[in-house]
Amino acid sequence: MDYATLLQILDSTLRLATPLLLACLAGLFSERAGIFDIGLEGKMLIAGMASGAAAALSGSVWIGLMAGIGASMMLAAIHGVASITFRGNQLISGVALNFVASGATVLIAQSLFGQGGRTPPLSGAARFNPIELPFAEAIKAVPFVGPFYADVLSGHSALVYAALLAVPITWWVLFRTRFGLRLRAVGENPESVDTAGVSVIRLRYTAVAITGLLCGLAGAYMATGLQAGFGREMTAGRGYIALAALIFAKWRPWYALWATLLFGFLQALALRPDVIERSFGLAIPVPALDALPYILTVIVLAGVVGRAIPPRAGGQPYVKER
Amino acid sequence: MDKLPRWADVVLVPLISLLMAAAISALVILAIGGDPVEAVKVMVTGALGSAYGWGYTLYYATSFIFTGLAVSVAYHAGQFNIGGEGQAQIGGLGVALVCLALPWPHWTIALPAAMIGAGLFGAAWAAIPAYLAAKRGSHIVITTIMFNYIAAALIVYLLVEVLRPAGQMDPATARFPAGAKLPTFGEIPGLSLFFSKNVPANVTFFVALAACWGVWLLLWRTRLGYQIRAYGKSEPAALYAGISPTRMIVVSMLISGGLAGMMAINNVMGEAERLLQNSAEGAGFIGIAVALMGRNHPIGVFLAALLFGFLYQGGAEMGLWTTIPIELRLLLQGLVILFTGALDNMVRMMLGVFFRAKAKEAA
Repeated sequence: MDYATLLQILDSTLRLATPLLLACLAGLFSERAGIFDIGLEGKMLIAGMASGAAAALSGSVWIGLMAGIGASMMLAAIHGVASITFRGNQLISGVALNFVASGATVLIAQSLFGQGGRTPPLSGAARFNPIELPFAEAIKAVPFVGPFYADVLSGHSALVYAALLAVPITWWVLFRTRFGLRLRAVGENPESVDTAGVSVIRLRYTAVAITGLLCGLAGAYMATGLQAGFGREMTAGRGYIALAALIFAKWRPWYALWATLLFGFLQALALRPDVIERSFGLAIPVPALDALPYILTVIVLAGVVGRAIPPRAGGQPYVKER
Repeated sequence: MDKLPRWADVVLVPLISLLMAAAISALVILAIGGDPVEAVKVMVTGALGSAYGWGYTLYYATSFIFTGLAVSVAYHAGQFNIGGEGQAQIGGLGVALVCLALPWPHWTIALPAAMIGAGLFGAAWAAIPAYLAAKRGSHIVITTIMFNYIAAALIVYLLVEVLRPAGQMDPATARFPAGAKLPTFGEIPGLSLFFSKNVPANVTFFVALAACWGVWLLLWRTRLGYQIRAYGKSEPAALYAGISPTRMIVVSMLISGGLAGMMAINNVMGEAERLLQNSAEGAGFIGIAVALMGRNHPIGVFLAALLFGFLYQGGAEMGLWTTIPIELRLLLQGLVILFTGALDNMVRMMLGVFFRAKAKEAA
């Protein structure tokens, strides 16, 4: 593989890793607070539809983004009510909301636009357009580093940089603030948080809301950044890959970045079977690359490469002692 | 929270959940400019108004019985098997390999062989998540989801690269030999008076009924079933009684995977007569709704599978004859799972208020 091809692949790695990263961080907040969330996929999907539809109707990508976040947070709120207030089964709630989202998105998009469940193609101000980083043209001439800066790092939409920025912010919030300490505590040992006089319910709802917000960004990026409009089932299992990345990263923000970049790289490779054949000398079947994130996750879950231990109170509704 | 009377918990909770899911779906239909009454009419005539409709309703119900039973058996051992979809697809692979291996002389010989193939392959696909859950403590839900995707990728690879006959464009296996064709309801003496030849419902329906009975027998009339249920209710108690948790998880998941795999004799052998991509078409996931709705009892699963067979066929007709997209099925399915599986406490609380008021009146 020559350097130019590698740069191309790294460029699409970054673009494909962005929705995974946002969804992965979304899941991280929720699961760190002790709420399992299988419904990342559904929240991304409904955010994609809402943002695609709102951007198409209003012509503004920012209104689209708001609509996407709103729709995703609505599903997150239902998940919160089911799993926090009514102490329901969090896994079943997540699965259910994924089906609700995949049905509702097509119904709404079809009734709004009548294009077989798609939203109309977006262009101009209705999309997130590439941002040239400063000095990209000037540095491009510098050997090796220049093209990397200009072709891989520069020229992405705002949400790509927002996603990358979300990693240190998540780390800082979780490990350097009082809120983060309490959030982690509520996922490990909610009784202790309750004893300290902090509301378990409010903390968990906050975590679920943050999950909704980040999934909203992920979905909006899918429909208005990565692609120009919403298409049915456009998330295509990315919510589950994000979940896999979360386990792969052992519920830690920086590891989440590396895990999603790895999975994004695999997705980018799967788009270029010609490159694989040239650089490895044999044709690796595309389905094998598609399955690799899931296989890697199973290997991690099996405890072959270090153990992935989820937050201790994950999945259990909190019942206050009387 | 007060305990509800048992009949209310078994009958009323699922029914009210279903009504609430239907009510929300009706509101959604209104919101997108459709007519809910018209939609229900189209669904009922499409699914139940003709022999043709019944042929499809029962065909779908057959698949859902298998996947619903699969979820139920695992549930009784405290395992949430969400991998029915992958297990059913791999079960389809087993059916295809068996059917293509020999020039089968008659379906009565091919069917038992295909059942074994389907069951073994489905069980094998559940075996790794089961082992990891039992021995390494990996979460069964996550591993079975991962295995759904791995199964899909594996099937695509096998169909495109290995099993596709030379010269054929679409990724599918060769057509099964004529001797492996299962009789449809239109070809069974007696039933053929009512059903025409072109309905997909086939003898697998009776296998599904037998499976319901078998699962009931297993869970409530055998030592193994007792152990499975005891383990699912309380792990420490089961451990104290000398029941091995590893064995319970693995055995229940193998049975569950086998049942999900057996679904393939309905759709792969009975209908498509060759293995296609995405052969299970979501039936594995509907099994979750069916098991929850049917309260994890074979009779409940049977009734819930009929209901979902109706919703599935009716929904297809609705997508065909009205402006309401077919995806309404998915919404309804999601809502049923949500109300019966995650918001069940809410439904119980609502009923609890009602029953308490009644108790006060009586007193």
